[in-house]
Amino acid sequence: MPTTQENWNPGKAVDRHPEVTYDEKERLFLEVKSDPRYEDFLYGCYECGICVSTCPSARFYDYSPRVIAQAMAREDIERVYDIISEDIWNCAQCFSCLRCPRGNNPGGLVTLLREVAVKNGLQETKDVLQGYSRVIYKVMLKGNQVSPDMLQPDFFPDWGPWVGQFSANMPVWRKAIPVDTLRGITDAAWRTDRKTLLELYTIWFETGNMDIIKEIDEGLYDLLADVMQEELEEG
Amino acid sequence: MTELTTVEQILERKSHAVTRDAEHAPTHDIREALFELEAKGEIIVQRVPENYVEVTTKYGRTKKIPIDHTWHHKSCGQCGHIPGYTSSIFWLHRQFNLDYLDPTDQTSCTGWNYYASATSNAAAQAAVMSRNFAAAYETGYFPTIHCGTSYGHYKEIREQLVHHKGLRDEVRRILDKMGKPLVIPEELVHYSEWVHVMRKKFAEKQTVDMKNITATVHPACHYYKIVAEDAIYDPEIYGGQRTATVTGTLEALGINVADYSTWFDCCGFGFRHVLVQRDFTRSFSVLRKIETMKNEVNPDLTVTHDTGCVTTLDKSQFAAKAHDRNVGIPVLSDAQVAALAMGAHPFRVVQFHWHSTDWRPFLDKLGINWQKYWDEFQGDLDAIRAGTKSGITWEDADKPVVY
Repeated sequence: MPTTQENWNPGKAVDRHPEVTYDEKERLFLEVKSDPRYEDFLYGCYECGICVSTCPSARFYDYSPRVIAQAMAREDIERVYDIISEDIWNCAQCFSCLRCPRGNNPGGLVTLLREVAVKNGLQETKDVLQGYSRVIYKVMLKGNQVSPDMLQPDFFPDWGPWVGQFSANMPVWRKAIPVDTLRGITDAAWRTDRKTLLELYTIWFETGNMDIIKEIDEGLYDLLADVMQEELEEG
Repeated sequence: MTELTTVEQILERKSHAVTRDAEHAPTHDIREALFELEAKGEIIVQRVPENYVEVTTKYGRTKKIPIDHTWHHKSCGQCGHIPGYTSSIFWLHRQFNLDYLDPTDQTSCTGWNYYASATSNAAAQAAVMSRNFAAAYETGYFPTIHCGTSYGHYKEIREQLVHHKGLRDEVRRILDKMGKPLVIPEELVHYSEWVHVMRKKFAEKQTVDMKNITATVHPACHYYKIVAEDAIYDPEIYGGQRTATVTGTLEALGINVADYSTWFDCCGFGFRHVLVQRDFTRSFSVLRKIETMKNEVNPDLTVTHDTGCVTTLDKSQFAAKAHDRNVGIPVLSDAQVAALAMGAHPFRVVQFHWHSTDWRPFLDKLGINWQKYWDEFQGDLDAIRAGTKSGITWEDADKPVVY
């Protein structure tokens, strides 16, 4: 059950995940708290609810940025585990909640919680990100989040029949763009130097980003690591 | 005893334009911290080139917006799915013979993925930003950032780099491997700020009368909510109580900007949601933004200044229409509107054909014979298919054609 304003009951957190030990939940919380950004994002909450009133996700999901700020500030280990295992993926990361009069950043807290959830390979997180792997593959390998050839009618049926037109006309339409770095490119957003991509791969390996991918999706890691290492070896 | 403030008093106070005093800004000036770090030899601060315009930001500080000699940090969402957004930005520069660089030594900020999946970390994100800024510095050109999320993300990373020495050290270690210095620009500049300061020059070259157009504005969350103090505010626009970018541009072009009650709401993009959980994106975009605009002001157009907002507001309307919702507002960026106003070809430059919500009624209302330009563009495509033309170039697109 996600933590909502309705079932939020400070001080009476229920253990909704008995399959996970309290020590493990506490370890995850402390990992979030040890992030250097944590103190920049949380100053204490007086429950005014301004963050909730501006939050798009609170309108459509059982989700509350206020509850997140409160649970973190109270160090409510059980509640924080509910949040890290379920609620965080509802956040739209628009950062409207930065309107907080106390200077809290609930969206930033969600980012830290997500990082820890990913880094520790929580099953709920793996489930959420399962359909997202090909996007991660694209951004890490090409240095672009999206590319023209992603516009496929079977992936975006709700965007209307035009997606079929984009897809069918893609090679010609992309040549009909006057910008030199875009013209004719369909598998990336723009033409990128090989040296630039090698530098990007260096960043992924050096910062431990590849270890994060390995934790969340070993198959994706193998795929990425093979290509990147081969490219880096070629130099 | 303190006198109570009534609601009427608050409303009366808010009815006056707000002029903010930098002396009383609630935050420190990040640029001072940058120069201190530079003095200690920790970073290089890339200075704004000589030709710039000064604007006022949220807390009354002054920000320099470079006019030319700019390195364009492109947006993957714009270049990938809304190419007319990018071509319009460059086309506007070319109309004034402004010196700019469209680099191939650039990656995306990767912020879209970070906000969507968190499959990265602070050091990686800061290193990606710093690699791009070092690449710009090496060319001598100053970065102008096309994407609202890149702009917001970089502002946040700049704060983190300034406040956390450990992060600076880690990023420097990685940049050393590439032989690059740690560079942070003196100002972080979003392209819509350049559009804002150029708006009166655009109006001087305007060929298409837009006085009969009513538009709504969606201000992009990552432009003015993340590190809010960097956004442009002007007492003459919304009384200085909302960001002035986009609205100022449209007003300069003679467009009637209509207000609507959910202006502060996000578009519903959601980063991961727009790709793999679109029920949320569609619902929020239609119910909180498009239908509200339709019901309250029924605009001819809605205009924004970010990748995700154009995509979300435009693409979400088809499914809603299938459910008989009150939708049907074409969506453009401020750069595309400005280019169209200055006579840019609707397809070679503005590239309307990549947009989904029907834009024909908007062009009809402007008196633009879009069929004529579409037929011309079809001729281009036929030549490309036949192999007699390799593609459309600036030579084909530079000249204003709509009068």
